[in-house]
Amino acid sequence: MSVATVTLHERLRAALPNAGISLRTNPGPSGQHSLLVDAADLPDVCRFLRDTPDLTFDFLSNVSGVDWPDPAKADAVAAPAAGEGSAPPTGGFLEVIYHLYSTRRRIGPLVLRARTIDRATRVQIPSVVAVFRSAEFQEREIFDLYGVEFTGHPDLRRILMWDEFVDHPMRKDYVAPDDYEYEPTPHAAVLEKAQRHYVQP
Amino acid sequence: MISDPATSLTSAVLAPGADDDQLLHVSLGPQHPSTHGVFRMNVVLDGETVVRLKPVFGYLHRNHEKIAEGTSYLASMPYTDRLDYICPLSNNWAYAQAVEKLAGIEVPERAEFIRVILGELTRLINHSAFAGFILGDMGAWGSALMYAFREREKILDIFEELTGARMMANFMRFGGCRNDLPEGWSAKVSRLVDDYGPFLDEMEKFLVGNEILLSRTLNVGSLPREVLINGGITGPMLRAAGVPYDIRKVDPYGIYERFDFRIPLGATGDCYDRIMIRFLEMRESLKILRQALDHLPDGPIIHPKAKIRNFIEGPKGELGFHLISDGTTRPYRYRIRPPSFINLTLIEDMCLGLDLADVVIILGSIDIVLGEVDR
Amino acid sequence: MGIDFNLVADLKSHGVHVTSFESLVNWGRASSLWPLQFGLACCAIEMIAATMARYDMARFGAEVFRPSPRQADLMIVAGTVTKKMAPQVVRLYNQMAEPKYVIAMGACAISGGPFKDGYNVLKGIDRFIPVDVVIPGCPPRPEALLDGLLTLRAIIAREKLLGKHRARHADPNGTAAFPVPEFGAHDLEPTANREIWNPPAIVRESEGGTQA
Repeated sequence: MSVATVTLHERLRAALPNAGISLRTNPGPSGQHSLLVDAADLPDVCRFLRDTPDLTFDFLSNVSGVDWPDPAKADAVAAPAAGEGSAPPTGGFLEVIYHLYSTRRRIGPLVLRARTIDRATRVQIPSVVAVFRSAEFQEREIFDLYGVEFTGHPDLRRILMWDEFVDHPMRKDYVAPDDYEYEPTPHAAVLEKAQRHYVQP
Repeated sequence: MISDPATSLTSAVLAPGADDDQLLHVSLGPQHPSTHGVFRMNVVLDGETVVRLKPVFGYLHRNHEKIAEGTSYLASMPYTDRLDYICPLSNNWAYAQAVEKLAGIEVPERAEFIRVILGELTRLINHSAFAGFILGDMGAWGSALMYAFREREKILDIFEELTGARMMANFMRFGGCRNDLPEGWSAKVSRLVDDYGPFLDEMEKFLVGNEILLSRTLNVGSLPREVLINGGITGPMLRAAGVPYDIRKVDPYGIYERFDFRIPLGATGDCYDRIMIRFLEMRESLKILRQALDHLPDGPIIHPKAKIRNFIEGPKGELGFHLISDGTTRPYRYRIRPPSFINLTLIEDMCLGLDLADVVIILGSIDIVLGEVDR
Repeated sequence: MGIDFNLVADLKSHGVHVTSFESLVNWGRASSLWPLQFGLACCAIEMIAATMARYDMARFGAEVFRPSPRQADLMIVAGTVTKKMAPQVVRLYNQMAEPKYVIAMGACAISGGPFKDGYNVLKGIDRFIPVDVVIPGCPPRPEALLDGLLTLRAIIAREKLLGKHRARHADPNGTAAFPVPEFGAHDLEPTANREIWNPPAIVRESEGGTQA
């Protein structure tokens, strides 16, 4: 069931020489390695993986957004392989992770990553909805909760929060609205928030 | 034949110029008797015919992922119960397995057997309740559900004896289960398994060949296989269209490769197939349960002692947890791959050109639970 | 009040039942509560279970779940109320005809429950509509819901139709509709209806106060 990510990496590099694809290894016990794809090349890579007869990654199962305010952390989880460049040292970025499967060959997951340039304005990643319909709502969710702008998405709107909402609540630096006025039995994180409302002696 | 399975059917149906004053805009939900939970659909009708349908999510978005990223790994276990609240134990299982893979924890054999038993009992609950709910959508309000909930209560009694709770079991632990089986528990499950077959016979007798059911579900809401796979549809929805993809077979987790069971497949993937496939799956679940009960070994139930994604075949489809650990006690990223949510991707394509009444059946046949859709 | 209880008992033995108009009305209201068919989350499943054969809510005259708020007089808020859903819940409440009652079923409807820490979770529906009965639990068992229903029946049986302490719905100046919150840029606006929701100021002993 598992995918030989290293072999696939070679294959992709040979087939798409202009695409920026680098291998990232996972140091944990799971050993789930991944391919970091330049955002601009992502739809082409996906289309190649889907339509090449002996690959047939026809099923994009999952799309996750991740917020990395500290790029060093991103490298610790998905370490650049020998000779590959590490993440840019300045600022943070947003990352989108794709898990691809092949229902015909019954293998997976192939993990792809794409990163934005920063977390403020240059947060564009090309949408893969034209290749995999299953990304439609998941990309909207990441747009909603992380603020990644998927260029070329047919209907990029907020999906879970209301349209008037302006924040991206899953980001690490999001501050939730303070509505802990009345907490008879606060504990843990709620205690911290509730303490702000205690009457000062 | 569709040249590219990712192409949406939307543009084909809504002809240019059709978007005029003659069209009726209907908001179905979030409080609507036939929506399953607080789910809303903005439907545009031309007469009775659906020409556009946009689902609206988020009415039960209770921030499970954010809360889980701020707490310890184990503290998220009770929250997983509340994802797909019809089948809490499947969620427990998927999450426990994800953390086990993340940390490289082995699970003792007995615990694996208990998990299989609980997982398949949960599938029985889900599929029975599904049948009750979808018949309610067709107008058989209450009666079919009454039968389904009668059986559900029996299974809940078994859960309650083992876990202390009817619904929110919070039972699985990383590396095993929370407590061992009480005395006489497996005998009770065994009796239930014996009695469940007749219940299914009874239900099927009411359903197969029922004229209302046939006319409401045959050839309603089917889509080509390639489109379904491309749209990320999983679980009974996908298998009803004849795609042999069940993780219990494709990538057997736990000890599923030891059991002798088959994956029922449908032919056309219409709503009728989707209903029947769930009945056939329950029969297979009973087979698995029987085998698991017969071979339940003795032994410990819990093991003494960074980035991963793990799936199980939940009753509604592929339920996955995507965890990223940064080495601390809290997950850095905690993402759920919710089958109910992703199975809704193609709802518009399924409904276009059909009547408004069919929308309710199609939504019912997708079998969603909002706790999981919105998380 | 000049009711001769011996006379009442005497009449009753002859098949004549004497009662006050108030008790008769309250008895009628309490005995045929029509809940709004309205489930939000996990608790809704236990609410359905309560109406099914084993728990049989019909025994208490409350099994006729109405799909329209216009026909319902009991709103069982069963589950987590998110901020996105809160305006809809208030709107449904406003559409119900008086007299109307609210049961907050489960920890989430009472206070946000386990999801209290969420940015989109309303910390209790009582911030926007008046709640008559709360049923703790996550989710409460069907028996607990039945107990809540019986509690509500007892409350209705005690209601006054006239006088200073009359029920809200019997008061011509009483309000039947509450403001629906709007979606704001960060949170609901307003975050609570201060006219009906006034949290007591909590002074902790550890901070020099005395426990109230």
